[in-house]
Amino acid sequence: MNIVVLMKMVPDIVEELEIAPDGKSLDLEAIRPIVSERDDHALEQALLLKERSGGSVTALAFESRDVDEVLFTALAKGVDRAVKVSAGEEPLSTAEAAALMARVLPGVPNLMPADLILTGCQGIDDLDGVIAPCLAEHLRTPYLGIITGIETKEAGHATVYKEFAGGSRGQYVICLPAVLGVQAAEKPPRYVPVAKVRAVMKSRTIECVAAPAKEEASQLAIGAMTKPQAAGRAEMLEGDPTAVAAKVVEILSARGLA
Amino acid sequence: MASTMTALAGDTPTLTLDNLLESPRGRDLQTCIQCGICAGTCPYGDAMDYPPRRIIGMLRAGMIEEVLTSDSLLHCVTCYACMAKCPRGLRLTEVLLPLVKEQVFARLPEVPAELQKALTNTLRYGNPMGESARKRAAWAAGAAPPVRVLSADPRPVDVLWFVECYTAYHPRGQDNCRATAKVLQALGVDFAILGSEEKCAGECARLAGETGLFDTLAEANLKLFGKYTFSRIVTSGAHAFDAFTHQYRLLGFDVPVEHTTPFFASRLDALKPLLTRKLNHTVTYHDSCVLGRHNGMYEEPRNLLKAIPGVKLVEMTHNRIGALCCGGGGGGMWLDTFYKAKGLERLADRRVREAVATGADVLAVSCPYEVSRFEDSVKVLGYEKQLVVRDVVELLAEAMESPGTP
Repeated sequence: MNIVVLMKMVPDIVEELEIAPDGKSLDLEAIRPIVSERDDHALEQALLLKERSGGSVTALAFESRDVDEVLFTALAKGVDRAVKVSAGEEPLSTAEAAALMARVLPGVPNLMPADLILTGCQGIDDLDGVIAPCLAEHLRTPYLGIITGIETKEAGHATVYKEFAGGSRGQYVICLPAVLGVQAAEKPPRYVPVAKVRAVMKSRTIECVAAPAKEEASQLAIGAMTKPQAAGRAEMLEGDPTAVAAKVVEILSARGLA
Repeated sequence: MASTMTALAGDTPTLTLDNLLESPRGRDLQTCIQCGICAGTCPYGDAMDYPPRRIIGMLRAGMIEEVLTSDSLLHCVTCYACMAKCPRGLRLTEVLLPLVKEQVFARLPEVPAELQKALTNTLRYGNPMGESARKRAAWAAGAAPPVRVLSADPRPVDVLWFVECYTAYHPRGQDNCRATAKVLQALGVDFAILGSEEKCAGECARLAGETGLFDTLAEANLKLFGKYTFSRIVTSGAHAFDAFTHQYRLLGFDVPVEHTTPFFASRLDALKPLLTRKLNHTVTYHDSCVLGRHNGMYEEPRNLLKAIPGVKLVEMTHNRIGALCCGGGGGGMWLDTFYKAKGLERLADRRVREAVATGADVLAVSCPYEVSRFEDSVKVLGYEKQLVVRDVVELLAEAMESPGTP
């Protein structure tokens, strides 16, 4: 079982997000990138599969700020290879990234064919969650998303579990190779001691691969980006508790709630 | 960087658990008389499969794997009680237990979720709460007079005030910050803070077994200290004080370090005339494990409290070297859920019950962990109308207000 995990960096929303002067993108200087949480779950799921059934896991990411730290951490957690793809400075749209990734993967030495390509089913910077299905389309493989569990007992197939609204859970058998969008690994992402990451930084290397020239053109362009505007404010009831209570009753009555 | 444990031991450049018993410090451990005082005084000793006495016995018998795959040492809140009371003077909390705990931590099948989050946050944001590093000095915004931040005004300064995480971010810690700034300013101390550049000193990460995280934080802070010129460090963090005093020294750091409480206590003559407001409190003081048992600072906080007009100081049954731990050290701050799941009493609850039994209406503390830990216990145990928790410095600042201040 050879598994590729696609990881990417997203803005860390612990920091205040700022709009860039162009009015249609985030100010990248003001943000600090963090690995997409669901990609971290995809990595954990791959490591769990490797522990159960053997094989190899490769973590792969487009080059971006702080991504080395994420790839070294993946190596410390137990992936066999970490690959960084340089695709120039220009940010890629989701569709562009998927199309480019489909052309990058065959060019990475000794990587393809992979049995499973896992990635997060969504990223906070792209809630549509379309990169995995787009990639599957380019690679002509099956795709399933919102995955919360994977079993690989039979050759050529995987049993995957998908969550639905209301707590329902579906079980599917999917032909391999396949692309899966992981919502949550079967266990929370593991902790790796910092000393181990530091040791890996000295003893292991991240493989660097140059992406072919971008041919794809995005069909969508961001027109404008704005911060949320306050539409209205809560009314604060202040003063004598009896008067406040009477006002509360009045408001509830007016809305048919009392 | 060499492992801090290696540096700590100091007697062999490659001291590990494997060769510990061949080293001079390790040979000391061979002198353990297996009396069991360590196990008896350990606040969670009865919850450990292998309390310190048994760990020593097992290591001597070569049962290393059994020790390292047990989670016993996750119950060690590094309160220094075993070390303080060992009749052979063995440096348990300083040497043996951290060496074992580092190995236990590395082998944990799963790091307890709360602890994992705190460690991950500390690595990424420099504080265990996961708050933005940029907001580390948010408490100082609008302070009057303003608090000097070195990145904005890098001129040499006498006192570098290392604020530390819980003081900088926790709402009650921020009360302590404002009080500390007020007392420093009233004493005319030339001081400045590091603001968003400061990172957790890392002591509790180290004693939780995450020595690599400690190394990373210490490297960052030492590099930062090298950027500025100052005569001494004064810190609000009892654990930061401990780290700078004992661990950072081994990494070449040689600037004088004081904790805020002894720093103010040594200036009591200048402080006394400023303490004009009568507080009318019966106060009991909780000895921080690191200030007390590890550094012998029992009287300094008490001297400050006694100098406050209207304060009557009463002692809990367990005080000074015998004080009960709040349970926050060695990673215990983020293991409450782990202990709860094992059906163990929260150590802070035990301590708050003892404080209430004194009849005091104020539980005074000197470590920023303790305010949140004890306030939680006061609420959970239903003592909100009987007891409040205050840092000693908060009480000093309160006593400096004009008598008519509400």
